[in-house]
Amino acid sequence: MLSTADPTGPAGATARLPRVFSGVARRSGRWLIILPPLLFLLIFFLIPFAFAFKISLADIALRVPPYTDVLKVSPDHHVIFSLTLANYRYLLTDEVYAVSYLYSLRTAFFSTLICLIIGYPMAYAIARSSKSTQNILLLIIILPFWTSFLLRVYALEGIIRENGILNTALLWLGVIDHPLRIMRTSLAVYLGIIYTYLPFMVLPLFATLEKLDHTLLEAAADLGSPPWRTFFDITLPLSVPGIIAGSMLVFIPAIGEFVIPSLLGGPDNLMIGRVLWDEFFSNRDWPVASAVSIAFLVFLVGPIALYQHYNVKDLEA
Amino acid sequence: MSERPSIFLVTILCFGIAVLYVPMLVLISYSFNASELVNVWGGFSGRWYAELLHNRQILDAAALSLEVGVVASTAAVALGTLAAISLVRFTTFRGRLLLTGMVNAPLVMPEIITGITQLLLFIAMFNLFGWPHRGITTIVISHVAFATAYVTVTVRSRLHGADRSLEEAAMDLGAGPVRAFIDITLPIIAPALVSGWLLSFTLSLDDLVISSFVSGPGTSTLPMVIYSKVKLGLSPDINALASLIIAAVGACVVAGSFIMRRSERRRLIELQMANHP
Repeated sequence: MLSTADPTGPAGATARLPRVFSGVARRSGRWLIILPPLLFLLIFFLIPFAFAFKISLADIALRVPPYTDVLKVSPDHHVIFSLTLANYRYLLTDEVYAVSYLYSLRTAFFSTLICLIIGYPMAYAIARSSKSTQNILLLIIILPFWTSFLLRVYALEGIIRENGILNTALLWLGVIDHPLRIMRTSLAVYLGIIYTYLPFMVLPLFATLEKLDHTLLEAAADLGSPPWRTFFDITLPLSVPGIIAGSMLVFIPAIGEFVIPSLLGGPDNLMIGRVLWDEFFSNRDWPVASAVSIAFLVFLVGPIALYQHYNVKDLEA
Repeated sequence: MSERPSIFLVTILCFGIAVLYVPMLVLISYSFNASELVNVWGGFSGRWYAELLHNRQILDAAALSLEVGVVASTAAVALGTLAAISLVRFTTFRGRLLLTGMVNAPLVMPEIITGITQLLLFIAMFNLFGWPHRGITTIVISHVAFATAYVTVTVRSRLHGADRSLEEAAMDLGAGPVRAFIDITLPIIAPALVSGWLLSFTLSLDDLVISSFVSGPGTSTLPMVIYSKVKLGLSPDINALASLIIAAVGACVVAGSFIMRRSERRRLIELQMANHP
């Protein structure tokens, strides 16, 4: 079997060596390359989910670590399973989970939409600039991404807090006579997400808009189409891949966001990430936290991952 | 495009850029405020920068974060490059789908879930084997896990575009696969390794959520210290720290893009010279 040439290896490259030998060497060499990342990610990324699943079926207990054993071996060598679905049932009965799930979805959805509304014209303007201006503008858009996310959220707080620059400016201008209360509201959470994730929306949009075939636009103009019509009939449909890519890049991290609702939001801005954090650190209810994680995975991350998987396949085809 | 962007587009672009930059500029200006109160301008002063130099907690956390960042991103580049080679060069092997899934999943996984699940694993492992102690080891392992995904994606796209025939030519001329890889393929994918490393380093330095879960008592990375200080209330020294970080990152990104553009231009010129001697 080893003498059959490996169709994936470098064809004919090692023809001078006896085939059997090179086949074995190549096969074992291949596994030397594949195994380290495969095993590492298996142990430290995938298997942890099995542990979370196991603990989501356990009960909370007053000990370290704070949950009961799912699997016990009794003195007479019988394996005893003590599984409970109580944690999952609890997720359905306590409405804080449903509320935070919906709130996260809504917040992520509308922030993505606003990012799109602001980001699309930005990307369009960059795509229409000259090549050298384009490079500078792209650098300006990317730069905030490299600086600390946490510090940017903190910087935004300096703008929107009660004695921040925004209120000071508006009071000075006489637009308002009481400082606006933005911090600890939903508005602050929206502003935080839009401010930190805007570059993620602009970059993929720019990438598709830049590749747009201009002859189509010229043809439409020649045939008498007004600019707005050309935009809705040609530019917008052709930029759909960029819209999807940018929206995914904003929506996905926004939905599990913890830092923004925690630093800018108020006590009623319950995003699922914050609920998880509190369940884990404040309530120390690890089984319920695990159950929330697993449910989150099944209802949100799973569909997104599947969608991306098939979407990428479609694009490749 | 030859057509100039309209006034409307330019206005939105300027507005968007202002949204991105005004908070950071305001933060930097606050950092020079002598007064401890944010809404009072007490004159220009560098006292918060001086105090930063004497804040052991922040200095220790910064040192820890840098150490974690360097170790984790180096390991992630090694593992991510191997994973990218596996996925691009070996089209059929057992576990290919699994590996594909495991390098794509961290990109869509909320950090908080990765953090919780990894903590549960570390606790279970510690109970079974007495290793790892929660602290720098567990933080590094967690960071390597998500950074590997980012490196794989970066290197994979570069490897897809790499010209395979050069490597094959080297092997036809008698170079072994390892030699051909080191002499031919590695220089081609080197830019992706550099950007993968930088990306991992930035993500590692910035990570708050995963580190908070997997670290042990007494081990705090810089984001953890910043978060707890910000959460507690006003801390003018954080303004100084943030300004320093923004300035350093800004300088590196501008210099990096300048160097990259120059080398790219040189490569294009060389290519033209090779085609039209």
